[in-house]
Amino acid sequence: MPGDFATEILGQSATKSSVEALRSELGLDKHPIPRYFEWLSNVFQGDFGSSFSGRSKVQGDQGDRSRLVVELIIPRLKNTLFLTGVSALVAIPLALLLGISAALYRNSVYDRSATGFSLVTVSSPEFFTGYIFILLLATLFPVFPTIANVNEDTSLIERFYLTALPVFTLTLVTMGHMMRMTRSAIINILSSEYIEMAKLSGATRYEVIVKHALPNAWAPIAQVITINLAYMLIGSVVVEFVFNYQGIGRLMVGSVYNRDIPVVQACALIFASTYVILNLLADLIGIISNPRLLYPK
Amino acid sequence: MTSNNKKELLLEMKNIHIDGFSDERWHKILKGVDLNLYRGEILGLIGESGAGKSTMGKAAMGYTQPGCKIIKGEIIFNGTDLAKLTEFEKRKIWGTKISYVAQSAAASFNPAHRLMDQTISAANRAKINPTDVLRKDAVQLYESLQLPDAENIGERYPHQVSGGQLQRIMTAMAMSPRPELIIFDEPTTALDVTTQVEVLSAMRSIVDKFNTAAIYITHDLAVVAQMADRIKVLRYGEEVEESKTKDMLSNPKEEYTKSLWSVRSLIKPEETNDDYMLSIKNIDAAYGSSKVLHDVSVNIPRGKTVAIVGESGSGKSTTARVITGLLPQTKGEIIFDGKKLSPKLEQRSKEELRRIQIIFQMPDTAMNPKQTVDEIIGRPIEFYHGVKGKERETKVIDLLKMIELDETFLDRLPSELSGGQKQRICIARALAANPDLIICDEVTSALDQIVQEGILKLLQKLQKDLGVTYIFITHDIATVKAISDEIVVMYQGKVVEQGLKSKILNPPHPDYTELLLSSVPEMDPDWLTNLLNKRSN
Repeated sequence: MPGDFATEILGQSATKSSVEALRSELGLDKHPIPRYFEWLSNVFQGDFGSSFSGRSKVQGDQGDRSRLVVELIIPRLKNTLFLTGVSALVAIPLALLLGISAALYRNSVYDRSATGFSLVTVSSPEFFTGYIFILLLATLFPVFPTIANVNEDTSLIERFYLTALPVFTLTLVTMGHMMRMTRSAIINILSSEYIEMAKLSGATRYEVIVKHALPNAWAPIAQVITINLAYMLIGSVVVEFVFNYQGIGRLMVGSVYNRDIPVVQACALIFASTYVILNLLADLIGIISNPRLLYPK
Repeated sequence: MTSNNKKELLLEMKNIHIDGFSDERWHKILKGVDLNLYRGEILGLIGESGAGKSTMGKAAMGYTQPGCKIIKGEIIFNGTDLAKLTEFEKRKIWGTKISYVAQSAAASFNPAHRLMDQTISAANRAKINPTDVLRKDAVQLYESLQLPDAENIGERYPHQVSGGQLQRIMTAMAMSPRPELIIFDEPTTALDVTTQVEVLSAMRSIVDKFNTAAIYITHDLAVVAQMADRIKVLRYGEEVEESKTKDMLSNPKEEYTKSLWSVRSLIKPEETNDDYMLSIKNIDAAYGSSKVLHDVSVNIPRGKTVAIVGESGSGKSTTARVITGLLPQTKGEIIFDGKKLSPKLEQRSKEELRRIQIIFQMPDTAMNPKQTVDEIIGRPIEFYHGVKGKERETKVIDLLKMIELDETFLDRLPSELSGGQKQRICIARALAANPDLIICDEVTSALDQIVQEGILKLLQKLQKDLGVTYIFITHDIATVKAISDEIVVMYQGKVVEQGLKSKILNPPHPDYTELLLSSVPEMDPDWLTNLLNKRSN
């Protein structure tokens, strides 16, 4: 990506000296690697720094209107967490239910159509799914708004209404993967000897699946759920853009345009740590759900 | 064993036909078998793999495995035809009126639940008694099955107890709802002989105690003789014969039944010499940090067969791995034909590699499924002798003839061979190198009795013709009696004793050898009773 904040903000007509001055003020003249470590050590002390944009000197104003990165990110992060949270609340139970029932009625028409449909949804990119929803539910049948424009004063009910389409999109995009993995994890277990044993001791179909198969399937299911949660959070970059939703993804894209490095770095850090934390969580669930790991010999 | 004072019919299976779907078509698994079982009686069902005995056992519950279906026949249990019931109705009988004990307890317990919960689950579902009563009863069952720490063992998970204990807990689980019939499906096949004795006696005493009827499925005649009142022999999905246990053992009518224990009649006169083909001296070996061999010394006389016996975990196979160089020893040395072998495989010469060959237990996994018989046998000929073209082909065919097969097998893949044929190809592959020493690692344990006999005879013939030396690793004492000159007994990574077959098999024995030998079931229905009496004294 060519240029930096100084060239970007001052435009093409800027003199060399004014660019140099802004650079040295922002610290952009230093080598990027020490700059990064300086930022990192500040982060460990809780200081994410200030955003480049909105600085007084740049605008020529009196007061310094530059904002702390934290101030900038927190409301956006809340919005994104709301969106992914609602999507997860819809997608995960639905995926588990569909996956388990598809395993239960394996090779039936229901199973085939559910797995077939999930393949289609997994394969379509979220901007495509998003636009299809806009076409269907906002343009042809105007049920929901196209633009999910929320701010701090929006009420909860209104939020649900406004974010309906992005939630549908994220749900559809991630659900297929989770459903298929749940189904195959359970089917895998259904062929083991202890399942036949359970059947021969008179267990009902429901019992076989829920009591005997599911407890042994938690590890792979948790794995795929957390991957999809992370995907939702990060995939929301695209969805937020499509629906013009004020989330962290949009903030990051906007900051990249402006070369607003402190904000971009903070967003990247949040995304990366989400991934790590969620994967750690999946491993923990895998250990807790497996007595062989929890209780050694 | 119970006598049937009142002969009340509990289960009557009439003309059972079951088909199974595999390789894209339906096969007949059972072709019209009848079976009667009276209350309190134990029926032994024996046969080789593929005889349909397991299918018959499950059919007694009205259950067929996925991919199988009952074509014809009645299964009348307590006056109801199970074949006519719906799944829902059958579930009320399964686990409460009829229960099932599976072959591999380790695989048949759900790893996610505690043993106690699994033990009482069927009785709990049927609400036979309140949970706390069932739990107390389960503890009593554990006690009468002589499980250690009966009070608390139920709180453990399946992976926390041993295989023999699991098998007994599964028997407790089957007994918990006090069923009228228990199906034992090869319950001791996966266990060591020493463990098998404990499990057999526990199962027998508890079935006696509650006077439960049982069908006992096994391929081992000596085992079934200890358990059953009557024995039925199956072959290719048909009944061969049925009679009282004592009559069956003393006077089997059918040729096939006689052949079932013919392997035990193979006898080899023992010989030995002081000219050692191989001697291993004071070997220690370890997997990672866990030491598995402790100071093992064994001498293998030239042109003879030395059997290494012991239960699982005794270090038999590890010894073989050390000799072949797959697992370098940490201490001690291996002298092969007067010369010291380097511990590591990579440091041995091609000639040294050629002279020691190994045959594995599972021929299925020991051969590349994508290679033809010609490639499998031809490869060591090319590799060790550098022979190619026409000469190579003649050699392959000669080898096939040596193992009593012919050139029509050249283009076949392993999947197109039977279990016995596969093992023969593995033998030919070992012979192709023209070795001096062949290590046979449990080569017959995956095979049926009759096929075993064929393989053992072949190995003996090859030894006579070629003068090859064998190390024969096995846990099966009958095989040892049939083939060995000398015996090495191993226990927990140590050699208990080594000597001529007659010396090891006849008293006086060290304690462990005594335990091992006395645990081998004999063709005598009173063997187990006598043994237990003797041990308790």
